[in-house]
Amino acid sequence: MLKISGVPSNKDIDQVFPSQERLEKGPVVIVECFETIPCNPCYTACHVGGIQAFKDITDLPTIDFEKCNGCTMCISSCPGLAIMVIDYSYHKDYVKMMIPYEFYPLPKEGEWIKGLDRRGAEVVKVKVLSVKNTKYQDKTQVITIAVPKAHYKKIRNIEAGDSNAKS
Amino acid sequence: MNQRINKHPIIDIPLRQKIKFFYNGKEFFGFEGETIASALHAAGITKLSESIKHHRPRGFYCAIGNCSSCFMRVDGKPNVKTCVEPLRENMVVENQEGRGSII
Amino acid sequence: MIHTDILIIGGGPSGLCAAIAAAKSGAEVMLVERSQYFGGQLVKQTHMFFGSEKQYAATRGFDIGKKLVEEVKNSDNIKIFHSTTALGIYEDGVVTLEQKFESEEIYLKVQAKSLIVTTGALEKSLPFPNNDLPGIYGAGAVQTLMNEYLVKPGKRVLMVGAGNIGLIISYQLLQAGVEVAGIIDASPRIGGYLVHASKIRRSGVPIFTGYTIVKAEGTDHLEKATIAKVDQHWKPIPGTEKEMNVDVMCISVGLTPSSAFFWQGGCEMEYVRELGGYVPKRNRYLRTTVGNIYVAGDSAGIEEASSAMVEGSIAGLAASHDLGFVYEGYNREIEELLQELEGLRGGEKGIHIRRGYNKVGF
Repeated sequence: MLKISGVPSNKDIDQVFPSQERLEKGPVVIVECFETIPCNPCYTACHVGGIQAFKDITDLPTIDFEKCNGCTMCISSCPGLAIMVIDYSYHKDYVKMMIPYEFYPLPKEGEWIKGLDRRGAEVVKVKVLSVKNTKYQDKTQVITIAVPKAHYKKIRNIEAGDSNAKS
Repeated sequence: MNQRINKHPIIDIPLRQKIKFFYNGKEFFGFEGETIASALHAAGITKLSESIKHHRPRGFYCAIGNCSSCFMRVDGKPNVKTCVEPLRENMVVENQEGRGSII
Repeated sequence: MIHTDILIIGGGPSGLCAAIAAAKSGAEVMLVERSQYFGGQLVKQTHMFFGSEKQYAATRGFDIGKKLVEEVKNSDNIKIFHSTTALGIYEDGVVTLEQKFESEEIYLKVQAKSLIVTTGALEKSLPFPNNDLPGIYGAGAVQTLMNEYLVKPGKRVLMVGAGNIGLIISYQLLQAGVEVAGIIDASPRIGGYLVHASKIRRSGVPIFTGYTIVKAEGTDHLEKATIAKVDQHWKPIPGTEKEMNVDVMCISVGLTPSSAFFWQGGCEMEYVRELGGYVPKRNRYLRTTVGNIYVAGDSAGIEEASSAMVEGSIAGLAASHDLGFVYEGYNREIEELLQELEGLRGGEKGIHIRRGYNKVGF
């Protein structure tokens, strides 16, 4: 499926998620990197040992979910925009997700926008908690959204305002 | 038709000097630092030449000066690669007939 | 006649790196580039690069270009000539150049002890009815138009080819505010990096693998494209046609090395499908069968820009070393670079490239 349409399957996604027990402890990284390409900036960006050293540059990243504290430093360093951070402990009904975003217009803090799945289809409305763009991020915005718990595993993108793909 | 990108999530849009030029006798504007073909494209003109034998419409293809799809007559000179030729003030740009001649 | 130790033809990623590396040993380097800017295709790469820190991973391509150009400009040993096209190489090794100043051109002759050819590649085209209509462009051309000149190619785009270039440019079209109707590829699988495919897919752009372009229609500009499913012999299956109203079609069906200089220079050539076409045979230090001609970057075989940069550094170090210039760190550095290159060509995606390179050594 992934190699045919670009959409990872549920099985693919399950493989890169930590245990429910770890999820409930607080923020943690999810790296949707399924292919051995020559790339390691996620490791370089990680200062807590959550993303382990690569033996070969083409290795898939190995995550130590116990060491990862969900600091988000790696999100904007991934050239494939394959990384997000999830905080399942955020609220009893909502999960907090931090995702990379590189489009205009940017969402605004506090607004409810479309939460999209890995096919770009709308799943549920999500609330924008913050929009972060530091110099370190080099224009890859990190958007923090609150997602209803029932849908969090499907959400991977957002559509802000008039989608600029359709303007 | 205006095809200019005025806002971009990654590229900072620079302030650029406006440049006047002429295309088939009419006045057009482009920007400093761009090429003839990009200025024409921004103004909605995509047919730059015709094939020599069958007179089929041609636009640019490679935009880096490799192919010959964008040849035009510029300031009287034929076969100018307009996809790489920088736009200059008061340039006279015309569609060219056939292979182009210098007389 | 201009005399120099090393003449480098092409100021893209590999040419810039070759110049920097060659100048380290004190060799006199002349770098020529036909465009008004140095940086080659880096200039329009708005995405972050892959690789490791050494190849500027996670830095955007155009920023890498700026860094390299800065480094070249700061070197006393490198003379740079922009708007200068290399015209030919003669039997006595003299290379002729045409340098442009506004509407005037001057003709130059260069006698270099060694030559590094980093002329890059050309975009391939595809045969189908009306493929010459305005609105049908090389994908790289569209990238130049929007990222260099800040002009949108049109309103609605069909991308033909799901390799890295097709995927990356589809994403950049979305960033410029242009709708992408879909990406098609005749192959049953996506050829480019899956991370690129996934990020476009989750923006709602469909990817149709196993589809080809059947025809284009329009009078003076593209108005409509017809695509169809292909069978196992890559032939369109009747009845599976889909019409798409698009005013732009991008062709990204691969690149072919720009090899004219190697042919003219008398290098032994080999057709290598995996590398995109005819390429010169070369040793591991990128010296061709003509002793003083070196090759690096896409003109040596189509690869990622990160490999092109490493190759440029190898060719630059080797060329100056072979001329007798002494650089203390030579042995260590060149071995490290060769290892880096091997690393970049590792993994699943590197199989193809590795197979190609096994065919061109001597």
